[in-house]
Amino acid sequence: MPSQTVVVGSKVGLHARPASLLVKASSGSGLSVTVGKPGEKAVNAASLLSVLALGIQNGDTVQITVSDGASADALLAQLIEIVATDQDE
Amino acid sequence: MNSLVGIGVSPGVAVGKACRIAQITSVGPIPATPRKVFDSLNLVVADLERAAKTVELDIVRDVLGVQAMMASDPALIEAIGARLSQDIEYKDVRPDIIDSFRGFKTALSALGGYFAERIVDLDDILSQLLNKLAGTEHQLINLAEPSIVIADELTPSDTAHINLNYALALVVAKGGPTSHAAIVARGLGIPAIVGCKRALEIEDGSVLLVDGRQGKIYIDPKATEVESAQLREEALRARAAAVVGPGRLKDGSHITLLANVSDVNGAIEAAAAGADGIGLLRTELLFIDSTSEPTVEDQVATYKKIFDLMQGRRVIVRTLDAGSDKQIPYLNSSKEQNPALGIRGWRLTRTHDAVLERQLEAISKAAEGISLELWVMAPMVSTPAEANDFATRARALGIKKVGVMIETPAAAIHAEKVLLEVDFGSIGTNDLAQYVMASDRMDSRLSDLATTWNPAVLRTIQIACESANKLNKTNGVCGEAASDPYLAAVLLGLGVTSLSMVPSAIAEVREFLSTLDLATCVEVATLALNADSAQEAESLVKENLQR
Repeated sequence: MPSQTVVVGSKVGLHARPASLLVKASSGSGLSVTVGKPGEKAVNAASLLSVLALGIQNGDTVQITVSDGASADALLAQLIEIVATDQDE
Repeated sequence: MNSLVGIGVSPGVAVGKACRIAQITSVGPIPATPRKVFDSLNLVVADLERAAKTVELDIVRDVLGVQAMMASDPALIEAIGARLSQDIEYKDVRPDIIDSFRGFKTALSALGGYFAERIVDLDDILSQLLNKLAGTEHQLINLAEPSIVIADELTPSDTAHINLNYALALVVAKGGPTSHAAIVARGLGIPAIVGCKRALEIEDGSVLLVDGRQGKIYIDPKATEVESAQLREEALRARAAAVVGPGRLKDGSHITLLANVSDVNGAIEAAAAGADGIGLLRTELLFIDSTSEPTVEDQVATYKKIFDLMQGRRVIVRTLDAGSDKQIPYLNSSKEQNPALGIRGWRLTRTHDAVLERQLEAISKAAEGISLELWVMAPMVSTPAEANDFATRARALGIKKVGVMIETPAAAIHAEKVLLEVDFGSIGTNDLAQYVMASDRMDSRLSDLATTWNPAVLRTIQIACESANKLNKTNGVCGEAASDPYLAAVLLGLGVTSLSMVPSAIAEVREFLSTLDLATCVEVATLALNADSAQEAESLVKENLQR
């Protein structure tokens, strides 16, 4: 299962637009995606409420894991990009 | 009853007929099967998605989009499914549904800040779902004519159901300055009053005068009342085209306007004044008010209160600036010949290193879990080595934006090297003027010397700005100078990009700056730089910037 860590670029953390974009990209992918702080419990990245409840702040490191599938690596790269970018700029 | 009061959250004056929005909340037991609950939830999602497509206001569209995602959230569906697990008709699904939402609300509430603000959305979805199940969902309200909307509370879904193009003003019984109604009104540019407890006493169809600046509603106003309110508003608007919103010059370029704050009350004032944040959070009070060093826990508690008020904004904390005119007995014990040139600011690390280490730890801890732009700076830095020492230690504690005060001539002249070590600089004009002019700023006999208007001081500021701009580092001013509108213009002309001042000065500075463009600021700065004295600089600038 492709997995990678990334530092959250959004000033407000994983909230509002960045969280919505992550959830939309995850839920529309057909693959199962989880997100969480490394070493802690990961949650379903297609659930906005679960992602919000992680309380991820700007500068936190999160680990994103995608289930095996044809486009898993491309999806992971896309999700990493979303989380690393400051979407509110 | 001729007038009512509330909290004015969006300025402006409106006159029109009251239109009361009837809000029905379902009561009594709701019998339903799990299937019906999920069907209803799907209908809520469809409603929200449809409303998001048709609504014109960006802010409402975004909120509705997020609500649609929440209402279709797999975790929420799972939570409801776990409570309504049998395929039967339940006598009353209300308690189980409320329970299903509760876990998420508790989790968001514990996180505070931006996260806790989403609870309103969950409540909104919950009430839509219950209304949908009970068959009491509210109808699309069509304002037949331009009207003043009166409601108990306006949720995002309410605003989606109202034809807001016809709303002249909003008057709401509940809510505060950050409530949805306030945000929507400001977005629409119409007056709004929230927290008007007696709003629902207003009869449908009665004629109202709403003054959003004063937070007052007049029922059946006299012609003279209407006229005077309108004239006052027009005069204010004409004078201060940009009294609200971020600081901008006439040419539209953004100027960050921040507040100087020493305590929680200052932070409240800063927020009320519409500051972009705190540009100078002084931390001396806590130390001065106690007989020994406050514990890390005490410090965390105090900083946290201020940080909470500044969520989403920038807060620049200055580490303890004990010494000189701010003597703290348990820290500045030894008698000094020249206190202003002695152990003060970051130099305290030479005698009480652990105190500053603990303070940095407290600042970093206090910001945990709060969404804010935390910047921390050290006062009284004069060499790159001191800047490096501070930056290294602050960064090691997880502080991401570190900076130094530029208040010694050395730091200004050598800014190219000093600022290289940090992320930003902040010019303290009071001390810089004192040190450049070698004039005690506490001695009134020397007040003509110890002023920022002195061309030598302005030149020193310009040197610091040139280095900061070359290095692409933010360089603000956090001294008293920024609160003088004329000096503020000069500072911008010298290359400063943000101004921090007493909260009460913000409105006036913002208004004055909105009448100037950068070229004018540069022009008057050049005049001042070339003057022979502080007095000449000041009068030249004032002549050329007639207000």
